Amino acid sequence: MLRVCLRGVKATAQKSSGRIRLTNVQQCREYTTGESSGASRVVAAGLLTVTGGIGGTIIYAKWDHKFRAAVEKNVPYSEWLLGLALGPASQDAGLPIRKQMESIQPPSMMEKQMRTSKAKSEKKLKETTEPALSQPTQNIQAEASAEATQIISAISEVQSIPAPCDTEPAAAAAAVLQETESAGAAEPLRERSAEEVAARLAQQNQDEKDIIASLSARLDDSLASSAKATLQAIGAQEAALQAITQHTHKLKEAMETEGPTEEKSTQWKDLEAALADRTTSVNVAKTALVKANEALDGLKSVIDKSRGLKITAARPLILAAEENLHKMVVDLDKVVSKVQSAESEAKIVAQYTELVNEAKQQFQREVSSLTPEIQANWKGLTGKLSTDDLNALIAHAHRRIDQLNRELAEQRVRGQIHMEAALEQQRAEDQKALDKAVGTATQHVKEEARLDQERKLAELREVIEAEMRTQLRRQAAAHTDHVRDVLKVQEQELRAEAEQDLSSKLLEQETRYRQLTQEQLDDFTLDMNAAYARLKGVEEAIDSHVEAEEEARKAHRLWLSVEALTYTLKTASAESPSMPLEDAAEAVRASCVDNDFALALTSALPEESLKRGVYSEASLRARFNSLRSLARRVALIDESHNTLYQYFLSYVQAALLFERQQEVPPTQLRSEDLDPFKLLSYASYCLEHGDLELAAKLVNQLRGEARRVVEDWLTEARLTLETRQVISLLSAYANAVGLGTTQAP
Amino acid sequence: MSEKELGKKLDRCLADGVVKLGTGLGLGIVFSVLFFKRRTWPITLFSGAGLGMAYANCQHDLRSHYLLHTSEQQEQ
Repeated sequence: MLRVCLRGVKATAQKSSGRIRLTNVQQCREYTTGESSGASRVVAAGLLTVTGGIGGTIIYAKWDHKFRAAVEKNVPYSEWLLGLALGPASQDAGLPIRKQMESIQPPSMMEKQMRTSKAKSEKKLKETTEPALSQPTQNIQAEASAEATQIISAISEVQSIPAPCDTEPAAAAAAVLQETESAGAAEPLRERSAEEVAARLAQQNQDEKDIIASLSARLDDSLASSAKATLQAIGAQEAALQAITQHTHKLKEAMETEGPTEEKSTQWKDLEAALADRTTSVNVAKTALVKANEALDGLKSVIDKSRGLKITAARPLILAAEENLHKMVVDLDKVVSKVQSAESEAKIVAQYTELVNEAKQQFQREVSSLTPEIQANWKGLTGKLSTDDLNALIAHAHRRIDQLNRELAEQRVRGQIHMEAALEQQRAEDQKALDKAVGTATQHVKEEARLDQERKLAELREVIEAEMRTQLRRQAAAHTDHVRDVLKVQEQELRAEAEQDLSSKLLEQETRYRQLTQEQLDDFTLDMNAAYARLKGVEEAIDSHVEAEEEARKAHRLWLSVEALTYTLKTASAESPSMPLEDAAEAVRASCVDNDFALALTSALPEESLKRGVYSEASLRARFNSLRSLARRVALIDESHNTLYQYFLSYVQAALLFERQQEVPPTQLRSEDLDPFKLLSYASYCLEHGDLELAAKLVNQLRGEARRVVEDWLTEARLTLETRQVISLLSAYANAVGLGTTQAP
Repeated sequence: MSEKELGKKLDRCLADGVVKLGTGLGLGIVFSVLFFKRRTWPITLFSGAGLGMAYANCQHDLRSHYLLHTSEQQEQ
C-alpha cells in the first residue's frame, strides 16, 4: 500500500515535473520568441524615459535657477551637461538684476526730467528766448544727471527711507533709491535699523543741500537771465536814448543851421536816418524792456517761491538775489526815465521844428502869394530881384513887420496866457511826472529799506546768534564753574565724611583686631590643648590600631592557615586519602599560639587525619556503593545466625529482594526502618544528597555482620566528619576573628 | 578494610575447600586403591570428609568474630 502510494506519488511528481518542464520550455520559448520584440520594446521605452527625463530636467533648470543649483549640487556631472545646454549659471542670475536696475534708472531720469521741465515752464511762464529755455533745461538735465549720480553714489551709504520733506527731486531720488535698494539685497534694511535717525538726518541734510543747490542754481539762472535781459534792455534803452538825443540834436542842428541846400538835404537825410534809427532803437528798447520785465518778474517769482521754502541757509542767497533784482529794477527804471525825458525833449524839439516849419511854410506862402514868381528858397535870389519887387517886398516886409509886431504884442499877451496855461499844463505834467517819479522813488526806497531791513535783520540774527552762543558759552562756563565749586565742596564734605568713617572704622578694626588676637591666642591655646589631647588620642588610637592590626594580622594568618587546612582536605583524590594534615595543623597551631580556643580545636583534630589524612566524601560515596551490595548479601548474619547455610540464605535473599535504590529517610526512625535494606537505601539517599553525617548515623544502625562489614567505612566516615567539623569550626572562628578585627569603612 | 574481610574469608574457604576436597579425594583414592580394593566409598568418604572439614572451617572462620574465647571471657 505504501509502495503503491509512493509509486503513485512518484508518478504524479514525474508527470507534474514533466508538465512544468514543458510549460517552462514553452514559456521560455514564448519568452525567446517574444523576447527579441519584448527586449527591444523595453530598451526603447527605457531610452525614451531617460531622454525625456534629461530633457525635462534641462528645460526646468533653464526656467528655475534654484532647481538648477540643486541639481548641480546633487548630481555629479550635471553642471557640465547643463552648462553645455544652457550656458553658465552665474550669468543668468546676475543679468536680470542689473537689467532691472538699469531699467529702473532711465524711467526715473525721464520722469524727473519731465517733472522738472514742467516745473520750470510753470515758473518761467513760457520762455520767449530759446537760449534762456535751453539753458534752464540743460541745467535741469545737468542737475538731474548730477542728482542721479549723487543718488547712485549714495546708494551704498543712505538708507532707503523716503525723505521727510516733500520736494520733487528728493522724492524722485527716494523713489530711485527705494527701487534700487529693493532690487538689491534686502538684508541691509533689516541690519541697519539702528542708524535710521542718523541716516534720516543725513538724508535731510542732503536734501537741504540739494534744494539749496538747486535753488541757488535756479536763482543764478534766473538772475543771469534777468541780468542779461536787463542789460540788454538797458543797452537798448541807452541806444534808444542815444538815438533820440542824436535825432533831436540833428533836428536842432537842422533847424538852426542855415547852410547850403546840399548840406541841408544831407542833413535832412541824416535826420531821416536818425529818425529811422531812433524808431528802430526805440522799438528794440521797448521789446528789450518787455523782455527784461518778464525776466524780472520771473526772478521775482523764483525768489518768492524760494522764500516760500523757508530754508534758513538759503536766505542770504535770496537776499542777494533780491538785492540784485532791486538794483536791476532801479537801473532799468532810471534808464527808462532817461529815455522818457529824452523822448519828451525830442517831442518838444519836434514840436518846435513843426512850428518852425509851419511858420516857414506860412511865410513862404505869404511871400509866394505876394511874389508868385519867387520860388521857395528865396534867400538865394536876392541878386536877381527888381526894385519894385524889392519895394513890394520891403513894403510887404514892413507890413509883415507891423503884422508881426501886432502879432507879437498879441502873442505876448496870448503868450502870457499860453505861458500860464502851458505852465499850468506843465505843472500838471510835472506833477504827474513828479508823482510818478515819487512813486517809483518811494517804491525804490521802500524796496531798499526792506532790503536794508532784511539785511539788518540777517545781520542782527547773526549777531544775536553769536550773542546767544556767547551767552550760552558763558552760561556753560558758569555752570561748569558752579559745578566745579559744588563738586569741590562736595568733595570736601565727602572727604571729611570718609575720613571720619575711616577713623571710626580703623578704631573699630583695631579693637576688633585686638579682640581677635586675644581670641586667637585663647583659641590657639585651646587648640593646642585640644591638639595635644588629640595627639594623645591619636597616638592611643594608633597604638590600638597597631594592636588591632596585629590582631588582624594574626587573625589573617590564622584564617590563611585554616584555609590551607581546608585546602588540604580537598587534596583527597578519588581513591587515596588527602595529604596528612599534620603540616597544616602545625601551621594553624603556630598561628594561634595565644589563642586557647583555636589550640583546643587544633588538638581536637583526630590523629589519624593528621597522620594519614582523610578520605573525601566522593570516595566514601563510591566505597559505600560497593559496600552496599556486600552488606545486603550478609544482611541475615549476626551473632546467632552465622552458619554457612545462613550465609547462603542471606545471599539468596539479597538476590531476590528488591528495594529502592534511594529512599528519603524519615525524620524519626521507627522499628521497621531498622531493616538493613531500608537503612542502606536511606543511607544511599543521604549520601547522594551530600549528607554524610546522616548516612553515617543510619549506617551506624546496622547490626551483625553487615555492621562488621561497614565498620571500616564508618570509621573513615567518622574521621572525615570529625576533621571537617573541626576545620569548619576553626574556619568559622578565624572568620569571626577576622570580621571582628576588620574596620568597617 | 572490613568489607574485604568477608571476601578474604570466602577466598580462604574456597581455597581450603578445594584443598581439603582434593586431599580427601586423593587420600580416598589412595586408600581405596591401597586398602579397599578400589571401592568408591573411601573416595567419597574421604572427599566428603574433606568437604565437611572445609565447610566446618569456613563456618568457623566466618563465625570467628562472634565467638567469645574463654580466655577473653576469663580476662573480661
